[in-house]
Amino acid sequence: MANYNTSEFRSGLKFILDGDPYTIVENDIVKPGKGQAFNRVKIRNLKTGRVIDKTWKSGESVEAADVMEVEMEYLYTDGEFWHFMEPTTYEQHAADSNAVADVLKWLKGQEVYQVTLWNGTPLSIVPPNFIELKITECDPGVQGNTAQGATKPAVVETGAAIKVPLFVEEGEMVKIDTRSGEYLSRAK
Amino acid sequence: MNNWKPSASLAMLKRRAQLLANIRRFFMQRNVLEVETPALSQAANSDPYIESFALDKEGRFLHTSPEYAMKRLLVAGSGDIYQICKVWRKEEAGSYHNPEFTLLEYYRVGFDYQRLMQEVELLITLLLTLKKPAKYYSYEQLFIEFLQLNPHKTDHSSLIACVKNKIPRLEMGDEASWSKQDLLDVLLTHYLEPLFDKDCLTFLYDYPVTQSALANIRITAKEIEPAVAERFEVYYGAVELANGYQELTDANKNAQVIAKELEQRKQQQQRVLPKDQYFLEAMERGMPKTSGVAIGIDRLLMCVARKNKIEQVISFAWDRA
Repeated sequence: MANYNTSEFRSGLKFILDGDPYTIVENDIVKPGKGQAFNRVKIRNLKTGRVIDKTWKSGESVEAADVMEVEMEYLYTDGEFWHFMEPTTYEQHAADSNAVADVLKWLKGQEVYQVTLWNGTPLSIVPPNFIELKITECDPGVQGNTAQGATKPAVVETGAAIKVPLFVEEGEMVKIDTRSGEYLSRAK
Repeated sequence: MNNWKPSASLAMLKRRAQLLANIRRFFMQRNVLEVETPALSQAANSDPYIESFALDKEGRFLHTSPEYAMKRLLVAGSGDIYQICKVWRKEEAGSYHNPEFTLLEYYRVGFDYQRLMQEVELLITLLLTLKKPAKYYSYEQLFIEFLQLNPHKTDHSSLIACVKNKIPRLEMGDEASWSKQDLLDVLLTHYLEPLFDKDCLTFLYDYPVTQSALANIRITAKEIEPAVAERFEVYYGAVELANGYQELTDANKNAQVIAKELEQRKQQQQRVLPKDQYFLEAMERGMPKTSGVAIGIDRLLMCVARKNKIEQVISFAWDRA
């Protein structure tokens, strides 16, 4: 397996530490007036998402991680695994419950997701920034009340609970920002 | 897209100009002569921890500090001199590092390093308009006070244990690859420096001899005290600003230091460099007793303007140069 020297440290670089895959968030150099330089690095564990601080003596190296980010279509779940497919090769990948934990409430068939693969296995999945989903539960709409900013709770087809304006009806398609979980507009 | 723009604000460039004017006035008042020396020279710094940029076809190197040439001026009888110049070091850019940076280097003939420290305190106190007096620690005092270990006398395994205990973030790897000095360096940069008082200068002096570079080494007659390098560093908070020396004037010892550094470079498979013959010849002629110091202007400006990224004080930082 390839190694990365500290001089190659850049944000986004993926490597293995204590058996887990990490990505570099921030890299800085510390050097005494005379003597050994050090790399002070913020790294994110790609499995747990935890960010930690590390220091290496400059010139040391770390083991490169075989980590790729691939766009894939969500197919279905069999209850134990969630199945995704690469649209060009039709190759399928099964993600376990850890990998889908954060994306579960935005998972919808045929939608395209950013899948991080580590040694060919899905590690984490990021939903598209904007997604269109059907409202499956909410109180009836209130006509004429369109712009006052008042909201009511609603549930969408993937199970996510959101807040929508009072005029939105059950069965309508709405556009949502998955990063904030906020309603943006009615979908056409 | 916007990388044609300066990385520092125009207001910052005015503060830089003001800082330089204040420094020049300080030296004018003290009759210290401003000089210039070549930036492109035929020899390079032999320090294994500093790498020069080389012009291979021309056989020239960009200087990493004007030290060698300024010492030749001192031998030639210049008296007190200072220089403000760009220097280049092949290293990574970081929050406090730009591979091209501005140095103030100055030499005081007849001063010992203790007296030079006092003058540097005055200079930086004026430039940063500081209210509190500086704190002074010898390297030994600092390690004893905050780590209860004597840096000159402690052994490798005690240092390894101390580093593991105090710096859990460190990925140490092979313990045998750490020299005693590497361990002291990591304790200083990762544990001790962050403890320095945030709003005053800290002077650290009398370094282990393994960190002497071209500083004089003091050996006490009775050999009760460990030998130390008469070298100092100046910090504002945890930011290292300056590095000063009681200059090594003995020609043979200067030649030995350079030969040793070149040998170390060879062993570490680093670039082989020519010896600076002009410097060594000058040393043969006899250098007056002198103390000298190099002060990082960009970092000084960061402290004046309270910025924490060096690119904010440089017109066009490394990635925009």
